[in-house]
Amino acid sequence: MYNAKAVIVGAVIFAVLFSSPFWLNFGKDDYKRPDVVLPKNEKECVEPVEYMRAEHMALLNQWRDQALRNEKRVYVSSTGKEWTISLQNTCLKCHNDYANFCEKCHIANSVYPYCWTCHITPEGKK
Amino acid sequence: MNKSRRSFLKVAGLSAFALSSGVAALSSTAQAAATMPGSSYKMGAAALKAKRWAMVIDTRAFKGPEDYQPLIDACHKAHNVPTIKGSNQNIKWFWLDKFDHAFPDDINAYQAAGIKERMFPLLCNHCTNPPCVRVCPTQATYQMHDGIVAMDYHRCIGCRFCMAGCPYGARSFNFMDPRKHLPKEMPNPTFPTRMIGVVEKCTFCAERLAVGQMPACVEAAGGRILFGDLDDPNSDVRHALAENYSIRRKPNLGTQPGVYYLI
Ligand code: SF4
Ligand code: SF4
Ligand code: SF4
Repeated sequence: MYNAKAVIVGAVIFAVLFSSPFWLNFGKDDYKRPDVVLPKNEKECVEPVEYMRAEHMALLNQWRDQALRNEKRVYVSSTGKEWTISLQNTCLKCHNDYANFCEKCHIANSVYPYCWTCHITPEGKK
Repeated sequence: MNKSRRSFLKVAGLSAFALSSGVAALSSTAQAAATMPGSSYKMGAAALKAKRWAMVIDTRAFKGPEDYQPLIDACHKAHNVPTIKGSNQNIKWFWLDKFDHAFPDDINAYQAAGIKERMFPLLCNHCTNPPCVRVCPTQATYQMHDGIVAMDYHRCIGCRFCMAGCPYGARSFNFMDPRKHLPKEMPNPTFPTRMIGVVEKCTFCAERLAVGQMPACVEAAGGRILFGDLDDPNSDVRHALAENYSIRRKPNLGTQPGVYYLI
């Protein structure tokens, strides 16, 4: 191989750098599910908790499109219960501890949605 | 064409097709999984419905600009619309202007003073043929089945094509964070604000119609503004139009405004 030494050294450096996040985090604590504060007075969310945990963002997208484009502002859940479609007035009515619910999990998962530049959190203007 | 080149293109084309259809299939299954089986969507039981919402403003019943102020306040309060005083970056959903500016097709130097000097209330016309919808590249602005030209602020990229397209100046751009110009206690904590970089306008109060309420400005007008179904010959708006002379803004553009003025 032409210039074999430089190529091999380069390839090794690349491999080390590329996999460095893996090595740096090796042996560190496992990901711990953040202790979100659940609503006190409400036991039942619009859908089962596993679905909400994994798909709430997809559900919110569907809510948005149905409410804003088709003017269907009522969601009939899989259990047949009816909910007014509104992040601000339905979701946040129960989940009223923004810092200890939404934000806690979003930060732990390094996602930074910008819902709150428009939607008003129960804490009001931030 | 060279034989090997031809076969290369065939293979490349086939693989591109296979890849993209595979990706499409994957994404559609992902979307299906996101919908909870057994769930559905519907309109609220109290929702007001129409085939074509329209507004008739009896400008004869308003004495002067101060008569419109409660309407503007009601609208801007209901929708957290900021007031940016002394700036050309103000946000307006419902505003006033002179006859010559509102109805420039009909400029007449000898117009009766009562018309010439009067201020007219202006808002989005919810046009039947809305140019703003045609030019919006993201479908952030769209026309609904009941004639309301609505916006999904989540999708707006702030390109302002719609502002160039709208012949009525009915749209405002957020040059800065609108919350800077709103009180700490939001005027209406049940309604969102907008953010820097998006366009906004009157919604014909779609969110109020959905719960059985008339638009905020109509409610504040105490009968001087009618709101109803233009498609229904027995509606208030149709009666008002049948019995009075009415005009619309810039009718020769063919946009077919849904806001009528009795003068
Ligand atoms: S008045 Fe302007 S913003 Fe409203 S529907 Fe017509 S073109 Fe669009
Ligand atoms: S500014 Fe927003 S609503 Fe207007 S045309 Fe661009 S994307 Fe559409
Ligand atoms: S219809 Fe609603 S959004 Fe439009 S000007 Fe009147 S109050 Fe404002």
